[in-house]
Amino acid sequence: MYRKPVIWPVWVVMLAAISLEVLPLPGFVQPLRPPWAAIAVIYWTMMWPRRFGLGAAWVVGIILDILHGTLLGENAIALSIVAYVTMRFHLQIRIFPMWQLTTTVFALLAMNAFIQFWIDGVAGVGSAGISRWTQVMTGAILWPPLMALMDRVRVQIETRGSAFI
Amino acid sequence: MSLTTTEHELSSFRGTTSGLRLTLICILSLILMVLDHQNQHLVKIREALSIVVYPVQAAINAPFALGRWADETFSTRGRLLEENQELHQDVLMQSARLQRMIALEAENVRLRALLDSTAKVADRVLIAEIVSVDMNPFRHTILINKGGRDGVYVGQALIDAGGIVGQITRDQPFAAEAMLVTDADHALPVEIARNQLRTIAMGTGDIDRLALPFLPRNADVQPGDLLVSSGLGRAFPAGYPVGTIVDVRSQAGQPFLEVDAEPAAALNQIREGLLIWRDDDLQNALPDGQATIATEESR
Repeated sequence: MYRKPVIWPVWVVMLAAISLEVLPLPGFVQPLRPPWAAIAVIYWTMMWPRRFGLGAAWVVGIILDILHGTLLGENAIALSIVAYVTMRFHLQIRIFPMWQLTTTVFALLAMNAFIQFWIDGVAGVGSAGISRWTQVMTGAILWPPLMALMDRVRVQIETRGSAFI
Repeated sequence: MSLTTTEHELSSFRGTTSGLRLTLICILSLILMVLDHQNQHLVKIREALSIVVYPVQAAINAPFALGRWADETFSTRGRLLEENQELHQDVLMQSARLQRMIALEAENVRLRALLDSTAKVADRVLIAEIVSVDMNPFRHTILINKGGRDGVYVGQALIDAGGIVGQITRDQPFAAEAMLVTDADHALPVEIARNQLRTIAMGTGDIDRLALPFLPRNADVQPGDLLVSSGLGRAFPAGYPVGTIVDVRSQAGQPFLEVDAEPAAALNQIREGLLIWRDDDLQNALPDGQATIATEESR
């Protein structure tokens, strides 16, 4: 009989990613902090587009906005658009070899950063420096290990729930 | 059975990928952003949501708080004694200064009465701890563990032992966000303590730099001058140290000097700060019955 795989471990992963976003780091590591939440959103919309969709990405974004003190909706709109693009092409992206996948994730993270950069610009919120873009770099570099990690979570859930995917 | 599920999931999937949902979400986000940008409208929603995410912030802060607690609890007797001695000496020095202050303050009040201007009154303060949470990486904002419940209000000044740290930009029930003086969007009316020359100190986005872009070329300013808040603009109380001028450059052909200052507060290593209530704010800012919680008069 078909049993629906549980969804809560995804939210545990999300919560961890969101927490890592605001974990205090010494100043010089700050520009290297990867966009954890965006990475997690890309992974889960790519792998489980039916269960983790736009709405979920939006909620994650709103939580980030509150935590970061940015405009309410800034992270939300960026993550929703990224999730939408990922979902649109998830069948192609999923079978990419790793280097190609990493490049795609780099592009998606850059898009995420650019939307926020643009909104900050329109809202007249001064943003300093290039740390926004170095974060995209570290995000892409950390993608392969993070993907392997989340793959394990996903496979666990799917084997236990006699998965549909 | 499984086929129908598949079909059901597929049809719902088609729904989610349709651009319609994205468009709706984008419109909703845009409306939220516009409203939030104009302030006021979303305060209640933000407050409610901040309560929802507060557990996350508290959870992240917990190990750091535990570390500090353990550090204090398990420190050796020798170190405690040493620290105690240092504090004793500090208190002695401070109270000696304070004695002189009392006389000076009385004199100041008398002189001001002669000049017919209102005296600077003592401020009420409240100690707030900095929550160990990194906020927006592109802004200089911090989170403190006192919020609307403690009477904290937007625009309130936050100082530490060295000088002015920043001001409250958003108050949540249990916490408040403060913008540091070095944030690129922050400006602070100051005067040079040596000659009462008034100007404005702008944040630079650099945690140990303030810029003073509005000093004309003939202004009497030199490295080492102390900047204190002037109290103009009414956001900050007057007379608190803001920074020390470290560099004065004059470029030929430019109407203004390029002046850099170093913040007086230890902005990147503060653990706790003092919230200051101005006397005229006290009546309307404090909720009933909370006036005495963890406060001390600094007269």
